[in-house]
Amino acid sequence: MTVKEMAHKLGYKIINNTDPVAEKLDAKVTGVYACDLLSHAMAKVNEGDVWITVHTNLNVIAVASLTNCACVMIPENIDIESQSIERANDKGVVLLSSSKSAAHICLEILSALKDMK
Amino acid sequence: MSTIVRDYSIPANDFTIAGEASSSVRKLLSQLGVSPDVVKRTSIAMYEAEINAVIHGNGGKAHVEIDESKIYICISDEGPGIADLDLAMQEGYSTAPDSIREMGFGAGMGLSNIKKNSDILYIETEINKGTKVNITVFFSK
Repeated sequence: MTVKEMAHKLGYKIINNTDPVAEKLDAKVTGVYACDLLSHAMAKVNEGDVWITVHTNLNVIAVASLTNCACVMIPENIDIESQSIERANDKGVVLLSSSKSAAHICLEILSALKDMK
Repeated sequence: MSTIVRDYSIPANDFTIAGEASSSVRKLLSQLGVSPDVVKRTSIAMYEAEINAVIHGNGGKAHVEIDESKIYICISDEGPGIADLDLAMQEGYSTAPDSIREMGFGAGMGLSNIKKNSDILYIETEINKGTKVNITVFFSK
């Protein structure tokens, strides 16, 4: 399941899809990780994970880029800082948004991944 | 391969460009064909040290040397120094203010993350003089 397929299937909003982010929409989703402590996330987020965090500052984009996660998911329709969207475009980091809670999103993604097996 | 040397300036309390040095080194290592695992470990260790210099050290400098077998990174600042290094190395200990915690930092994991992701870590610190974090990561063990 790619990021784009997941977003369509589960109704997540794709915040940015300009180049070079567009090609990252084809990245494979292999897991999900929810954490708001950036150092902890940096240590634990794996390549291919959807990283869920309520933070929307520039450091989130740096951590997403370092971990090479599949995408960043911002839950509960939290507003995303415009400078972070610009930085995400520069760094090729896909940002997604949903009205649902982090727990609900984890459940949805894990269920979708299980269904694919 | 001759040694590649890079120097970066780390601004104080400026999160708009914090992490740019480690991002640049990450890109350079990838271009050199270093394995993704080593690139990730190096980037994490350097980013944590860079962020520490931004938050605690009033900014500073990053000096990087890359040869065929390893990368050496020195992040130096002229900040207040670390009063108790053993305590600071303990996971969960942090002196970061609330404003930093609100951004998602200050969990007291920075130094332990650096240690976990580097092959050699050597920290020199002196009160009111500053701190030097020396990190080495080997490309193959």
